[in-house]
Amino acid sequence: MTRALRGELECKEVVELISDYLEDALPLEERTTLEHHLVYCAGCATYARQLRDQRKAFSVDGARTITAAERAQLFSAFRKWKAGRPG
Amino acid sequence: MGSEGCTDETALVLALRAGDEAAFDALVTRHHGSMVRLARTFAKTDAVAEEVVQVAWLGVLAGIDRFEGRSTLRAWIARIVVNTAKKRAVRESRSVPFSSFDAPDSERAVDASRFYPADHALWPGHWQTPPEDWPEEALLTSETRAIAARAIADLPPAQRQALLLRDAEGLDAETICEELEITDGNLRVLLHRARSSVRRAIEEHLSGTNGGGS
Repeated sequence: MTRALRGELECKEVVELISDYLEDALPLEERTTLEHHLVYCAGCATYARQLRDQRKAFSVDGARTITAAERAQLFSAFRKWKAGRPG
Repeated sequence: MGSEGCTDETALVLALRAGDEAAFDALVTRHHGSMVRLARTFAKTDAVAEEVVQVAWLGVLAGIDRFEGRSTLRAWIARIVVNTAKKRAVRESRSVPFSSFDAPDSERAVDASRFYPADHALWPGHWQTPPEDWPEEALLTSETRAIAARAIADLPPAQRQALLLRDAEGLDAETICEELEITDGNLRVLLHRARSSVRRAIEEHLSGTNGGGS
């Protein structure tokens, strides 16, 4: 088991690569080495899952519809703009 | 967000130039939401983000005659939002330069003490304290979301933006680079740092509540 680890990536290095891996931005060779590591290293596999899954906790909350007041403000700006235009 | 036909877009732009209020209405309906989300990634508060977008719309009107259709209208509008937000941030003196990618060199994705030391006989550089799995439900609790939101709010602005646009809004990397005028490599560095920091915060929270860890 330990022999299999020699010459491969250390976990300490792997955690610095996971984000790029998720972005599909690793060169082929590095990606292959990393994927090999993830197969046998439960800790790094967990780490990779966490980095991928944590976005589920990032709320994009709903308050993005424009309010009536903001809309009114925009349209008043629009009319002012229009009035100032030639022709 | 989706891919509106470009002829439709061209027609809207022409109508807006002619002062057609319905065209303006259509543009507001179509773009206001994503403009606010983009502005929010710069601003600390929703109120500031809304203000930025109001000013950005004035910029859209003022500049619509110069829009040449070389980028999509969405990307063009996004750039106006970004520029408006940056100007606003410069006025508010406490802002950090948006182009600052430099985090302390000591900043690692995971604290070094979690790994066996380099001179360890069997497992140099491998996990000593590996992360524990998070149950999916744990990520969805309002408590965890609040922890994540706070961790995101505490990130340096450029990291916060990159993370929100990529992981919360789900924009593709190319669009983000275009909107923020950064390179692919820059975006990856920002994402790496931001994701690592937020993960640490969530882990600290979850291992605390589960009684696991330290």
